[in-house]
Amino acid sequence: MSDASDTNGPVLAADGRPLKASLNRALRKQKMRALMLIAPLLIFVLVAFILPIADMLFRSVENTIVRDTLPRTVVAMSSWNSDEAETPDEAVYRALFIDVFLASEAKTHTRLGSRLNYETTGISSLFRQSGREVGDMAEVYEDQFEDLDARWTEDVFWAEFMGDPAWFAQAQGAEDPGPTFVLKDGISDVLPKTADAYATFANFVQVEDEDNPAAEDPWALVHAMLYEDLTEQDISGYDGFGADLLADAAAAVEGFEAPSYKSSFIDMDEDWASPEVLGTIQAYSPPFTPGYFLKAVDMQLTPDGIEAQSEDRAIYLKLFWRTVWMSLFITGMTILLGYPVAFLLAKLPMRQSSLLMILVLLPFWTSLLVRTSAWKVLLQQQGVINDLLVWSGLINEAGRLVMINNQLGTIIAMTHILLPFMILPLYSVMATIPPSYVRAAKSLGATNWVAFWRVYFPQSVPGIGAGSILVFILAIGYYITPALVGGTSGIFISNRIAYHISSSLNWGLAAALGSILLAAVLILYWAYDRIVGIDNVKLG
Amino acid sequence: MTDATANTADELIIDKGRPSLLGFTVPLTAAMGGLFGFLTGNTVDQGLIGFVLGLIYGGAAGFILMSFVANRTAGRWALIILTAALGFYLGKWGGAAGGAIVGAVVSWWAYWIGRGDYRDGVPTYATPGQTLWHVTYLFICGFVFFFLIAPILTIIPLSFNSENFFTFTPEMLGLSPEGYSLKHYEDFFTNSNWQSAMWNSLKIAPMATLLAVGFGTLAAIGLSQPHVPFRRAIMAVLISPMIVPLIISAAGMYFFYSRVNLQGTYLGVVLAHAALGIPFVIITVTATLVGFDRSLTRAAANLGADPVTTFLRIQMPLILPGVISGGLFAFITSFDEVVVVLFVGSAQQKTLPWQMFIGLREQISPTILAVATILVTLSIALLATIEILRRRSERMRGLSPQ
Repeated sequence: MSDASDTNGPVLAADGRPLKASLNRALRKQKMRALMLIAPLLIFVLVAFILPIADMLFRSVENTIVRDTLPRTVVAMSSWNSDEAETPDEAVYRALFIDVFLASEAKTHTRLGSRLNYETTGISSLFRQSGREVGDMAEVYEDQFEDLDARWTEDVFWAEFMGDPAWFAQAQGAEDPGPTFVLKDGISDVLPKTADAYATFANFVQVEDEDNPAAEDPWALVHAMLYEDLTEQDISGYDGFGADLLADAAAAVEGFEAPSYKSSFIDMDEDWASPEVLGTIQAYSPPFTPGYFLKAVDMQLTPDGIEAQSEDRAIYLKLFWRTVWMSLFITGMTILLGYPVAFLLAKLPMRQSSLLMILVLLPFWTSLLVRTSAWKVLLQQQGVINDLLVWSGLINEAGRLVMINNQLGTIIAMTHILLPFMILPLYSVMATIPPSYVRAAKSLGATNWVAFWRVYFPQSVPGIGAGSILVFILAIGYYITPALVGGTSGIFISNRIAYHISSSLNWGLAAALGSILLAAVLILYWAYDRIVGIDNVKLG
Repeated sequence: MTDATANTADELIIDKGRPSLLGFTVPLTAAMGGLFGFLTGNTVDQGLIGFVLGLIYGGAAGFILMSFVANRTAGRWALIILTAALGFYLGKWGGAAGGAIVGAVVSWWAYWIGRGDYRDGVPTYATPGQTLWHVTYLFICGFVFFFLIAPILTIIPLSFNSENFFTFTPEMLGLSPEGYSLKHYEDFFTNSNWQSAMWNSLKIAPMATLLAVGFGTLAAIGLSQPHVPFRRAIMAVLISPMIVPLIISAAGMYFFYSRVNLQGTYLGVVLAHAALGIPFVIITVTATLVGFDRSLTRAAANLGADPVTTFLRIQMPLILPGVISGGLFAFITSFDEVVVVLFVGSAQQKTLPWQMFIGLREQISPTILAVATILVTLSIALLATIEILRRRSERMRGLSPQ
């Protein structure tokens, strides 16, 4: 090992490995150690912060509610084209009948109704009404079977008819919810739709209601399906429990009254024939939709394609635009007010500037709500500023200024709140500008103005850039202050997002609006990182 | 002038001369007096008479102070006391306080103008235009500082209001004791809503701070190692909670935490607040580590200390100020935070800012001002602590504070 230097081979480390490999290994070890130190926090931030945001972004395009609530209708409708003048055929309405019946049992039809109501008004009440009335549609069959034989509505009969004998023996008299339902062997070959409907019923009763299916009367839907099976299937081969009853029924169904689903739906509400309603269901049936994003930019996904939202409902672009111009205005105000102060702070001797700095840092450290409440107190019509103006006779009692619950209130309060975020970066840049440059310019004959504008100002531009991006990023996402002092004309897009999350519950739209806002902020964040570098952010 | 000659003995003293008494000083002091006179007169609807009397008052004050009272302190006190007495005659104690303020401003103005102090910041060869511009600039700065601090200072006296008003009552302006009371503070300390909100805040913020500081310090140490792969990307992710608009963080956490049953729980709020506080810890601790002298840890290792001992005995004491101020930032972030807790929390986690938010939006109650005053006191304490820590850190690292 000691003769490593005499040989022509690679330089070796003390342990005999090539030095290069050894160094690489050390470097790798160092990198691993650094990553191990970072890992817990990185995982924490990813899970507690980034993942929730990604989840929210996903919501802005996710749209499985139509597909989950009306699965059969979506499939049946796939061949129908809303441009055609004709309404879809009976199969679609039959699927709709089953879906709405199941949805109304699970009480999910109202949720779907309110979801689709965002797109076409009136759908919410249509679904609520239909949820009540599909029961009547199914009871037509239930009643006719009951007239044939009362056993057709008995819980125990159905349980024995459909259930596995071993299951039935255990379930009879068992406590709720009883053993898990098992379908009788072979029954789904004879009566496929009925068996399917009954199995769905039994499962629902056990899981959702925690009742024993053997002690519950089956849904009327089961009878409607039984009618269909009896008209379509040959049941002569069946000889199990209830075969006699079934044979009687099979003979009788010929004479059953069986209104078409299509006409029943259209009789219930003629909206069910409207291509707009059906087209909306179809347009929102894919699992992902651009609908929320279109809504967020005042467009609309209609059965006929993408259209502009009607004048009176087009509010989001206006709101985005207001958010942007007010944020820009506030940024401009902070530059205007912050620049002279930062300039003074950078020029004064340390002792004096530290003292004055307290006046900047105290608001910076004071709770946002404290500052907002201070402005609320000052700007109110019965507030301090108005009282002062009236007292000094500059305005009279009737002429009290309206300075709050409008844009002016938002601008004043937010300028005050964000001003320190402009002054601090400006100051940190200005403090590094050597005063000798300005002196040199003046000694070369520049006037004060030229020396400032041509020599000092260009050097302070990075500070303006850093401060502006910071203030703008913060301003564009503000929620609390506009909500408290902005009234209706001074609110921002954030307030609308909050409204959709907590009041209108249109979460998809909230997520879409949030995604657009987030995209804007991330672009600025990227620019900030480029210009200033995130590592160079200073606090206080 | 006396103090100026005393402490600048080694400086070149330039006699800047004095502006003309009757042509400059007296008109300006008269104008200042006229302004105050107009405002005072307006309160009894006699603006014009007030203005004329004010002109006479200001002009006389300027002339007498400049011509006969060479001692600035004596002159200023004399005018303050005289004007206060005049104010007391017109409007009792409130008038006296107002008079004292007027006296202080007018006498300061008279000496500032009359002695030529307004030219202090400009070179002797500056033209009157340049001097005027410089003075205007100083006044603009003064206005901005006033704008920054006045709203915060205004609410402090208002919180002692004995009425349920959000403005100064005549009793308060008259400085009569009936105008003031501690009833809003009493309400804060006895009302169960406010108390539970305060305790919730005090339960949530320290836990969130602890999490943020624990994870954040480790990561900051990792990030300041010389070779960190994807350093920029990792940094961007870790700082993002500070940049992403709060409403978006709140919305995301609300949806996600509802899915994993953390919405409306103490743990959920703590995790959310910890995530929000992390960027501050990262920024302050990495800033401390930038100036860290690595040869110290090498020296420790050379002397036989294992990595843990090196960290605890050498590195930790040096970065401690940064860690503590990062922790204070994280604490205040959680303590002030309202948007996220509004969505992620439920009524059991109602924090102080949340209660204030409700108070401001719905049943507006002056107790908010008492709470605000308490919070301002808290922020002053925090500001002082951070400043002390910063100086200590610079001293320990051998960088003397300028």
